[in-house]
Amino acid sequence: MEENKEEKSRIKIILKWLKDNLFYNPLSSFITILIIYGIINILIPSYQWLFVDSLLNGDAEACRKVEGACLAFLKEKTRYILLGMYPQDEHWRPVLNVFIYLALLVFSRDRSRWGKKLLGLWFFFGVFSFFLMRGGIFGLEFVETDKWSGLPLTLMLATVAITVSYPLGILLALGRRSKMGVVRLLSIGYIELIRGVPLISILFMSSVMFPLFLPKGIVINKLLRAQVAIIMFISAYMAEVIRGGLQAIPNGQYEASDSLGLNYFQKMRLVILPQALKIVIPPTVNTSISMFKDTSLVMIIALQDMMYTAKGAMSDPHWLGFSVEAYIFMAVLYFCFCFSLGKYSRRLEKELDTGLA
Amino acid sequence: MTNPLVISVKSLDKWFGKFHVLQNINLEVTQGEKIVICGPSGSGKSTLVRCLNRLEVHQKGTIVVNGIELKDNVKNVDSVRADVGMVFQHFNLFPHLTILENLTLAPIWVRKMNRKDAEEIAYHYLERVQIQEQAMKFPGQLSGGQQQRVAIARSLCMKPKIMLFDEPTSALDPEMVKEVLEVMVDLAKEGMTMIVVTHEMGFAKEVADRVIFMDYGKIIEENEPGPFFSDPQHDRTKLFLSQILI
Ligand SMILES: Nc1ncnc2c1ncn2[C@@H]1O[C@H](COP(=O)(O)OP(=O)(O)OP(=O)(O)O)[C@@H](O)[C@H]1O
Ligand SMILES: [Mg+2]
Repeated sequence: MEENKEEKSRIKIILKWLKDNLFYNPLSSFITILIIYGIINILIPSYQWLFVDSLLNGDAEACRKVEGACLAFLKEKTRYILLGMYPQDEHWRPVLNVFIYLALLVFSRDRSRWGKKLLGLWFFFGVFSFFLMRGGIFGLEFVETDKWSGLPLTLMLATVAITVSYPLGILLALGRRSKMGVVRLLSIGYIELIRGVPLISILFMSSVMFPLFLPKGIVINKLLRAQVAIIMFISAYMAEVIRGGLQAIPNGQYEASDSLGLNYFQKMRLVILPQALKIVIPPTVNTSISMFKDTSLVMIIALQDMMYTAKGAMSDPHWLGFSVEAYIFMAVLYFCFCFSLGKYSRRLEKELDTGLA
Repeated sequence: MTNPLVISVKSLDKWFGKFHVLQNINLEVTQGEKIVICGPSGSGKSTLVRCLNRLEVHQKGTIVVNGIELKDNVKNVDSVRADVGMVFQHFNLFPHLTILENLTLAPIWVRKMNRKDAEEIAYHYLERVQIQEQAMKFPGQLSGGQQQRVAIARSLCMKPKIMLFDEPTSALDPEMVKEVLEVMVDLAKEGMTMIVVTHEMGFAKEVADRVIFMDYGKIIEENEPGPFFSDPQHDRTKLFLSQILI
């Protein structure tokens, strides 16, 4: 008896929740049903495609016979997509790099760990990972940068670009608001010039035109040139994002700092920038995410980032016709990184919130 | 023995574009003096006070503060500012720092004090303005009156020789005005040199050595509070006082 009653009241609660949230009027009921219909029509076939009708073991011939995803293709090609042309026997090197990188990222999540030491650790890792990839010392086989590819290359291009362009963006933003005419004009000129040009053309210039200007005999590494091009590009965008933050700081903050005798650099570093940078965390992360994805453009100058190797995998004559699988795999990888970045930024915003004055 | 001169303003003129906001201002303040400046809105009171620590730049005349003339030299300006405290109408506390950090920031970076000494001084002044329990809170968590008292303490931590106040109570709810004025009266009694823009005439009567009335960018009348309030000389002063003292 008792149990039955409880059961009934529980059902009542559920029904009430459904009515309050999903079916509280005809329109909401209609939308709910439409969405359920949509979900059923997308999720079930996707599930079927990926798990039921798919083929995990077999060759391309076998794959073509099944309706679902050719997981065998991904199984065969994942290693190539992730590591590309890097010499097979040395694959442990980029893999180790990526793992240390991810571990460092996780370790750096806690704001209490931020400080000079952590910065030093990252710097050390930068140098370490560079030599681990390149080799040529400690008996490691030398691997040319042309062979660096796949996920490590994408991560490197994006991480270096974002971390270097952030301080550059701060300088450019301060420059654009400077009272010194020359500094201001140079900053405005740079920002507007770069923003007016697509990243693709900057990359092309770095790879095709730039070497023409160099004296004969001097060769600058193609990867380095691309990296610098991306940094230059992002810096302009970062600068504008940060300038927005600077403009949001009320004049009173400048005046209070001035009246206490803080000089320009102290005022900026201790009072203005900490507030301005905090305000612009969302657009900063927005820019970072968008730039993370834009690094895939380096494939047009034949740098073999993740997108390039994925394309390579698709065009393997033995495995033609499985591009959907490859693209979805790419999408999932990019999504994981970008989503984590976005999620972390929201957490940071919450932590830094001190309530407005 | 007369006290030494700490502020000397001679034939000061300032324009905002074509607008002549300060006209031929002359003002001398000796150490320990308390000056109250009043006048209608837009008469240039804030501008004058802000010229004294060069938050505003003047075009003509000279301003000497603590023996240093305020000119373009950035080093001089910063050193004057370090010795001149300023309290604003809207407090202007640093919202991203705790109350304690607000107070220790300038002593640590401008006075090059070590953190421990700076905190000791900070607690001393927090106690004086009676908010030592709030040291670890952020400005956004305090009431307006508390914030303004923190702002005063923040200036005092620099051990200033002169304190400037620009309408320190006019952004406060009436019940909080008193707590701020009390702190200011205490400060005056200790002999601080103070220049206060305010419409709190009770405060003026209690602590001021001189009251200055400004209108249209000029000093119209200047007198001790007694005669200033009981026997104003100029019509404009009379009009202003009649409006404000109702
Ligand atoms: N930065 C500025 N640029 C142009 N005009 C200004 C500027 N600051 C102030 N003014 C003008 O100068 C005049 C004097 O301003 P000020 O703030 O000194 O007046 P005030 O006496 O303090 O008035 P209130 O009682 O309203 O604070 C006003 O007419 C104001 O509009
Ligand atoms: Mg004013």
